Amino acid sequence: MNSMIALPIIVPLLGTALCVVVAPWRWAQRTISLSALTTNVVVAIVLFARVDDGGMEVTQAGGWPVPLGISLAVDRLSAVMLVVSAAMLLPVLVYAIGQQAEETRYAAFNPVYLVLAAGVSASFITGDLFNLFVAFEMMLVASYVLLTLGGRPGQVRSGMSYVVISLVASTFFVTALALIYAATGTVNMAQLSERMPELPLAVSTGFSLLLIFVFGIKAGLFPLFFWLPDSYPTAPGAITAIFAGLLTKVGVYAIIRTQTLMFPPDARQGTLLLVLAGLTMVVGVLGALAQDDLRRMLSFHIVSHIGYMIFGLALFTLAGVAGAVFYVVHHITVKTGLFLVAGLVERRSGSDRLSRVGGLVRSAPMIAVLFAIPALAIAGLPPFSGFVGKFALVSAGIDAEDWVIVGVSLAVSLLTVYVMVRIWSDIFWGDPEDPAIEAYVASDASRVPRLMTAAATTVVVLIVGLMVFAGPLYDYAERTAADLLAPQQYIETVLGGDGE
Amino acid sequence: MSVLLAFCAALLFATGTWMLLQRRLSRILIGVGLIGHGSNILLLVSGGGGGNSPIIDTADPEDFTDPLPQALVLTSIVITFGVTAFLLALGYRSWRITHDDVVEDDVEDRFIARRREMDRAVAEETLAERDQAAEEDRV
Repeated sequence: MNSMIALPIIVPLLGTALCVVVAPWRWAQRTISLSALTTNVVVAIVLFARVDDGGMEVTQAGGWPVPLGISLAVDRLSAVMLVVSAAMLLPVLVYAIGQQAEETRYAAFNPVYLVLAAGVSASFITGDLFNLFVAFEMMLVASYVLLTLGGRPGQVRSGMSYVVISLVASTFFVTALALIYAATGTVNMAQLSERMPELPLAVSTGFSLLLIFVFGIKAGLFPLFFWLPDSYPTAPGAITAIFAGLLTKVGVYAIIRTQTLMFPPDARQGTLLLVLAGLTMVVGVLGALAQDDLRRMLSFHIVSHIGYMIFGLALFTLAGVAGAVFYVVHHITVKTGLFLVAGLVERRSGSDRLSRVGGLVRSAPMIAVLFAIPALAIAGLPPFSGFVGKFALVSAGIDAEDWVIVGVSLAVSLLTVYVMVRIWSDIFWGDPEDPAIEAYVASDASRVPRLMTAAATTVVVLIVGLMVFAGPLYDYAERTAADLLAPQQYIETVLGGDGE
Repeated sequence: MSVLLAFCAALLFATGTWMLLQRRLSRILIGVGLIGHGSNILLLVSGGGGGNSPIIDTADPEDFTDPLPQALVLTSIVITFGVTAFLLALGYRSWRITHDDVVEDDVEDRFIARRREMDRAVAEETLAERDQAAEEDRV
């Protein structure tokens, strides 16, 4: 019995319960949630090291024999996702505490944030399709609350469309589960992987498409992304950062997991995913170009980069999947960093409109540096991790001789550079275009709390760390891809584990 | 029995989808609820037909009904219930703010759409000025 696997779910949930008990004392809530998330980071790193050395780890919840209970499994993909998500959740909480936004001072904030953390971990750990649904719901319900906590008109309006669209996706998830259970008689992913090839190809292809639809909504895949740039920017900076960094990537993780594990090669949707990936990249980046609001621009930009990850997966080659895994890790870190810095910009200048803010490079050089590093990383300039990720993906595309998608991804990465340059020249260079903003920047009100800067700096340091350790990380991504493309080991470990 | 339930699920999905496509929030809420019920019924019938309660030593295991979908559907109902309650609260809040339950277009979207028109107006004005200048030069 290896119960350590369950810790990333149990610890935050326990923290939630304690936070509710100590609700009158904010400092106690903060201490509890900070220590729960710190524990999570430690547990994730230990699991990561153990899984990379000793192979994947499995436990059966409640000790039920194998296909009856819920399997919890950590393989290389889950382990790396756990580490990155834990490493992002902690600094973002610190940032939220420093930000002192109205919402983050509510008694509900800390417990709900911990539920979000538990839901994200549970999605990565579970080996059971129905449990994946429950984990998604845990994460989504927490995100509904976090998004609308302030109750401002904009939040209510965008929260509404966010909740409705997510609810539709969840309903389709339940429908897909019902159909899959009716056809195969199981919801255990490893067992599904064994039984799926026995189904007629048309049926398994249908399931594959249905799951892509469900997870595509959560991941923000074209043409299902429209809710994302509307809803994310209305939340306070810290919350937008964690949504942007993590939530869409949980959808991407679910697509990678279900496509590689559950479906036989001829039911996988390589071509469809390639087309969707190309369109997602193009539409996302063009949407970003049209925006005037910094956070909306970055939100559209998330959509564009989801395309890169799906592009890598859709090739279903070792290099492609490795590139996708590397890109997911890189993108979670960099995007969280960018949004945290966008929050700093807003705090320092009182606005996040590109047309109003200007000249921050002189008034706030520290923020300019903090922005420049993730911006260069996401634009994919060497030596940053974005370059390694894009290079891996493009070379995988060339190997697979998918010239169109290679061309599209290169063109989109040029446009990405253009988007980042536009932000840089509008916000950091030039002169403030609005006297009100100029006065605000000069006043005391614009002082950025130290805790916010410290948290954003931590994430930026992690981005630099990704650049330094890009080599070992890419090797790890390659090992992960090898595991994913030969799921036999996953199946045997889950089904033959300690249940018998 | 199963045919009736399948028909029922289909009907719920159809009406739910229709309601979901309306512009009024109250109808969207009802639509979400109906589709949710449809998928829950589907989940319930996914375990096959009915049978005896699955309690060991009370009947022949061959005649047991499949208990797993029932457990799953219970979880799913609880989740749908919770989220619907949250959505209702949100809808109420929205009504308190706007006194209307028509879902609006996004403000920023409208701003950006208007900006394009503004750009076009500016461009046309510039062109007109240039033409006028050219005209004056000729004169």
